[in-house]
Amino acid sequence: MRDCISLIPSCRKVDLLCPDCLAPASVDKLIEIRDVRHAYSTASGPLPVLAGLELSVREGGFTAVVGPSGCGKSTLTRLVAGLMIPDSGDVYLHGERVTTPRATVGMAFQNPVLLEWRTILQNVLLPLEIVPTTLSQRAKEERARSLLALVGLEGFEDKRPSELSGGMRQRASLCRALVHQPEVLILDEPFGALDAFTREDLWQIMHELKAREPFTGILITHDLRESIFLADQVVVLSGRPARTQYVLDVPSEAPRDLDMMYTAESADMLATLRDQIRIAREGEAQVAQTSSGASQ
Amino acid sequence: MSMRKLLVPLIALLVFLLLWEALVWFNDWPNYKMASPSDLLPAYQRYWGLFLTMGWQTLWRTVVGLLLAVVVGVLLGMVMGFSRTMRDALYPLLVGFNAVPKATVVPIVALLFVGAHDFNTILIAFMISFFPIAVSVSIGLSTLEPEYRDILRSLGASRFTIFRKIALPKTLPEFFGALKVAVTLAFIGTNLMEIVSPHGRGLGALFDSGKTNSDYPLMFAVLIALAFLGIVLYYVVVALENIFAGWAERAQD
Repeated sequence: MRDCISLIPSCRKVDLLCPDCLAPASVDKLIEIRDVRHAYSTASGPLPVLAGLELSVREGGFTAVVGPSGCGKSTLTRLVAGLMIPDSGDVYLHGERVTTPRATVGMAFQNPVLLEWRTILQNVLLPLEIVPTTLSQRAKEERARSLLALVGLEGFEDKRPSELSGGMRQRASLCRALVHQPEVLILDEPFGALDAFTREDLWQIMHELKAREPFTGILITHDLRESIFLADQVVVLSGRPARTQYVLDVPSEAPRDLDMMYTAESADMLATLRDQIRIAREGEAQVAQTSSGASQ
Repeated sequence: MSMRKLLVPLIALLVFLLLWEALVWFNDWPNYKMASPSDLLPAYQRYWGLFLTMGWQTLWRTVVGLLLAVVVGVLLGMVMGFSRTMRDALYPLLVGFNAVPKATVVPIVALLFVGAHDFNTILIAFMISFFPIAVSVSIGLSTLEPEYRDILRSLGASRFTIFRKIALPKTLPEFFGALKVAVTLAFIGTNLMEIVSPHGRGLGALFDSGKTNSDYPLMFAVLIALAFLGIVLYYVVVALENIFAGWAERAQD
């Protein structure tokens, strides 16, 4: 029953004969990316960014994606969000090919992009104005308020974004990404611009959110400690054009508090990841050399 | 606080009038060289009826010209803000158009639509004031960070929804900034036409008749009346800005 999706990716569609897959809970892999290749067209010809990207995230899982700068990690988030379609290869959510944006996705970026003319509460409510919902206005507000309370922003509902600190804005941005109860939460370096202490606070808040909200997460990050602290799977991408180079499973029994960082297992995982990043960057340097050699 | 807000500019105005009066007094300038504030009062007393009707004519034509500039400026700004091609195509044209001194366009328009005085005046007020609006709206729209768009687009929002919920409100502060510039420009446009065009109406024509009759205090009185109208309209725009884009103002002490 659980393997069905890997055999016939589109089998969740009702007109195909697979009664087992009608129940979403039985679908194991929520996000599935298969051999995705993509190139941007630039003035100096096509610029390949993805070359053989493979990724699968189980329902309720949390996957971190790390890799050298500019290797195509943000392109990956746009693919999963349905904001662009790859040149070749497929992206599936629940076994359905992603070709357009869908309301079951929530996004948060490094820039919290709150709307300055709205209060914090109105900002969090924004997705509920777009996504079709049966909730009453009152229920919507209750949902938003409870999320804000969960991230420690109780009492700031009627403030403007300009009155909040960077960390607080990022928390509000997380609430906005989750308010419509998305299946998939896409985080594109959301903690990258914060100071170290604020960042650790937000890591803890992410764990609390994960315990309360039933989302499946993809986190793009540059911080290896962040990746093993938050994710149950870390995917290392090679340098541009990116392919999946290495997948690290973080043991689920690992305690998720900051002391976890200082155990021998964590040190091992970090060493492995650092090693993989080094390999990725060396590969990138080689590609750059050969291509510059070819052009001369 | 509000007492202070009112008192400071009033005192500044009083100091300005005193300095002006003193300047004329000490130099012993005659009326035809430079009128002093104390000469203005009799001018207003003698012609107050004319000031009211002419002032109203100038005001309504300026406002209509300005409204036209807002409509056309916003539409042009939207076209240039959303389409790179249109921006590349229209920008040099607009800059060239704006660089032409409007004083030189006034006689052309006056000849082109001879006799259509209201229309001509509104046209010049519009032509002189739409440019800053078009530029600011186009810059506001084209510099919208892609993440803002992605937040709504990833939820399946239409282009129109994104424009209404994000692009439009985000551009309002730039729009009002440009509108403040456009208000004073529109007054200049209206008066250029009123002064130049024959059998004119409005404060510009009153200025012109002051000139022909060597009534110098009247000419100065017209200038002050124009300044007054300009200030009134400017603060109407400020009031609108506070209502619609007050969020852009940083919280003060």
